[in-house]
Amino acid sequence: MSHTDVVISGFGGQGVIMAGIVLGKTISIFSDGFATMTQNFGPEARGGACTAQVVVDSDNPIRYPYVQHPKILIAMSQEGYEKHEPNLASDGLLLYEEELVEPHPGKRDQIKALGIPAARIAEEFGNPMVLNMVMIGFLAGTSNLIDIEPAKKAIAGCVPSHFIELNHRAFDKGYEYGRNKLEALKAAGSEV
Amino acid sequence: MHADPKGVLTGTHYLDGDHAAAEGACAAGCRFLAGYPITPSTEVAERCALRFPMIGGTFIQMEDELASIAAILGASWGGLKTFTVTSGPGFSLMMENIGLGIMMECPCVIINVQRGGPSTGLPTLPAQADMMQARWGSHGDYEIIALSPNSPQECFDLTIEAVNLSEQYRLPVMLMMDECIGHMTEKVVIPLAEEIDIVPRRWTREKPDTYLPYKPCDDLVPEIAPLGYGYRFHTTGLTHDQRGYPVLNAETQEECVGRLMDKVNKNAENIYHLEKHNLDDADVILISYGISSRVAIPAVGKAREDGIKVGELRLITVWPFPENLIRELAGNIKAFVMPEINYGQVVLEVERCVGGKCKTRLVGHAGGWVHDPESIYQAIKEVAQ
Amino acid sequence: MTVAENKKTIGNIPEHPKSLLLRMDRMPHIWCSRCGIGIVVGCLAAALEKAGLSPDDITITSGIGCTGRVAGYVKVDSFHTTHGRAIPFAVGLALSRPDLKHVVFSGDGDLVSIGGNHFIHAARRNQNLLVICVNNFTYAMTGGQLAPTTPVTARATTAPYGSFENPFCLPNLAISAGADYVARWTSLHIRRMTDTFEEALNREGFRFIEIIAPCSTIYARRNKLGTGLDLMKYYYENSEIKHDATAEELEIGFQTKIVVGKFVDKERPSYARAMNRHLGKILGKKYIPPEVGGPQ
Repeated sequence: MSHTDVVISGFGGQGVIMAGIVLGKTISIFSDGFATMTQNFGPEARGGACTAQVVVDSDNPIRYPYVQHPKILIAMSQEGYEKHEPNLASDGLLLYEEELVEPHPGKRDQIKALGIPAARIAEEFGNPMVLNMVMIGFLAGTSNLIDIEPAKKAIAGCVPSHFIELNHRAFDKGYEYGRNKLEALKAAGSEV
Repeated sequence: MHADPKGVLTGTHYLDGDHAAAEGACAAGCRFLAGYPITPSTEVAERCALRFPMIGGTFIQMEDELASIAAILGASWGGLKTFTVTSGPGFSLMMENIGLGIMMECPCVIINVQRGGPSTGLPTLPAQADMMQARWGSHGDYEIIALSPNSPQECFDLTIEAVNLSEQYRLPVMLMMDECIGHMTEKVVIPLAEEIDIVPRRWTREKPDTYLPYKPCDDLVPEIAPLGYGYRFHTTGLTHDQRGYPVLNAETQEECVGRLMDKVNKNAENIYHLEKHNLDDADVILISYGISSRVAIPAVGKAREDGIKVGELRLITVWPFPENLIRELAGNIKAFVMPEINYGQVVLEVERCVGGKCKTRLVGHAGGWVHDPESIYQAIKEVAQ
Repeated sequence: MTVAENKKTIGNIPEHPKSLLLRMDRMPHIWCSRCGIGIVVGCLAAALEKAGLSPDDITITSGIGCTGRVAGYVKVDSFHTTHGRAIPFAVGLALSRPDLKHVVFSGDGDLVSIGGNHFIHAARRNQNLLVICVNNFTYAMTGGQLAPTTPVTARATTAPYGSFENPFCLPNLAISAGADYVARWTSLHIRRMTDTFEEALNREGFRFIEIIAPCSTIYARRNKLGTGLDLMKYYYENSEIKHDATAEELEIGFQTKIVVGKFVDKERPSYARAMNRHLGKILGKKYIPPEVGGPQ
């Protein structure tokens, strides 16, 4: 993976920052890499648009800490998608919550766009709060950015102990959905 | 002396700068924090409110910042290591008693997580525009020590350094963070307690009948007497003699204030903490501090690709300012380039020391966000011609 | 005649009876003759002795102003701080050295005008402080300006036609902010003042004692109230001891009756005690009580 810039965007209350922390922790504490997370902070983080930027490098400490053209965009709201999609690298990966985000098809053909009904999956777990962990699982299942074991360790350190299991299951579900999605694309002859 | 292990959360953590600074204070032995909520610094106080009861510390949320700084001065005289944390508006309110801390020679640390100003300005967005206020904000002449971290790890490390310097030189030390560093999350390694050096309080060994509260040691710093041990000392914000008694005339003013300046200036070589890269054959030197030092990295890289010899000087200690080094470097290079998130503050010191020997180029703006690295690159390119 | 001149004519002055508590090397003090502040300092010294306390058992913190100079003349660990900030400074002392007794000794302008917010919050939190306020109804050090305590119609340099604003009644302010112990005397109630200081020194929590004292050269002269001694006597003679006084009775008008006494005497846990109790209960064995400052 070497150097990968990630943007996670949604609205306040979806656990955007927590998703960023889990991603950063997975890489910089439980894998051998480096990750710097910065965030949009302020009134907008309390209900409006909310963004976490994670700069990831597998080999070297992060010096410049901001993202200009993300390689991966995780969009959990339409607003977040509209705002950050134009900056997505031309060979980038868009992961979106398919009931909250409606991408504009054909706008940028070379971008790989994969959707997941993460909010519905979270509701099936009886807790819409785990939406973010479904998305992180989806990230793990559709990219080689993070591995399952370190991600689960990171999650365990970020949520109250009685919610660890639930968050792990949400992660697994997102991961599985991502894997199946890639398999299906492969079967359909897409390059993945 | 090593750190007290109960304040040291040894391990590898993923923390933002605010939380890392709080851990630095715990590790440095701070056991008293008086503060008042203000964005973007509040997380420091919040973490200490959580942590202090388990490490023998006292956290108190005061009625305002005037009270916060007064209380930490009091608790410092009580013998504890103390600090407070704030941002621009609160920093302004603290100014008068920062002067009292200077005058009474009271060890303590003030963390300012800078945001955009003036006035309420940009509560949630960054600036580096309180740098001159840190230096000159309280009335009268004095010298100050201010450090500027550029990562959460440094927020931890430099908080310890700030506490140690405040004990060594007996004065309020400023840790000038900014919103970006405060809210940036990275790996922070907290070492074992025995790997952290701590400067203990400079308690006097004089007997009460021969003790003079403001008689300086060889390094120009006087020793402190503990309360209730028969010293019955007096300390005041008024100009005072070595007994600590007010003496309001020009000679005493010269002796009192002169020493407050000298104890920083004459020890400056021991205080400076600078990061230098490729200064020897540089044509252009980028001077920076805090978040701007990281934002400038792509610009420096790009300029080097163009064949420009760019050196980097990072001011980890911003005050006292490394005057002699700048004077020396100015004779050998074409220009200094300095990005600051303000309309030109520390760059004025650079200009002063350069004295026309080379160009000085500010890359400044009003704050709210970091620089576009391209603007720094353009500045380097222009001055290199 | 200065003290030095005096010394020449009458020879050595006998030792001051309270010299144990006074910095004799700082005499003469700056206070005007017939000012009430010195008497209050003398009463505190006497109370300290009566309470069986050594000068090493207490600290004294002052702000700015005439009464603010008290810290400079008492031979204890003493702090002359900035205008209005004596209380929060002493809060830091009290929380870092709970083993000592901490006295804040300052004036009305310092404690309830510029420092008013700290006053009410320290009372609300029940910080472990004995706060002695010498109220002379004016800013004396700066030459007699309007104070938050100046009675209606009394004159000040910044109220040359007499004050028309409502003053604070300090016991009422302290009581409504939650102070544990509230008393008021005039500077001639020497025995009662001393007893109250003694009692308050041995108590916990926020204790507030107001002493009505004359400003002899500025307030007395500007308002044509005679000498400081006349005014001191006037306050004393026009006072009425009434421990159960109502809030209304505690108000002070221009040269009206002054109700004195001990108005509140209750016991709530101090801030430090409440903190220890609460955190100890919530955190159990994880709680480590606050470190006490000083050489280990």
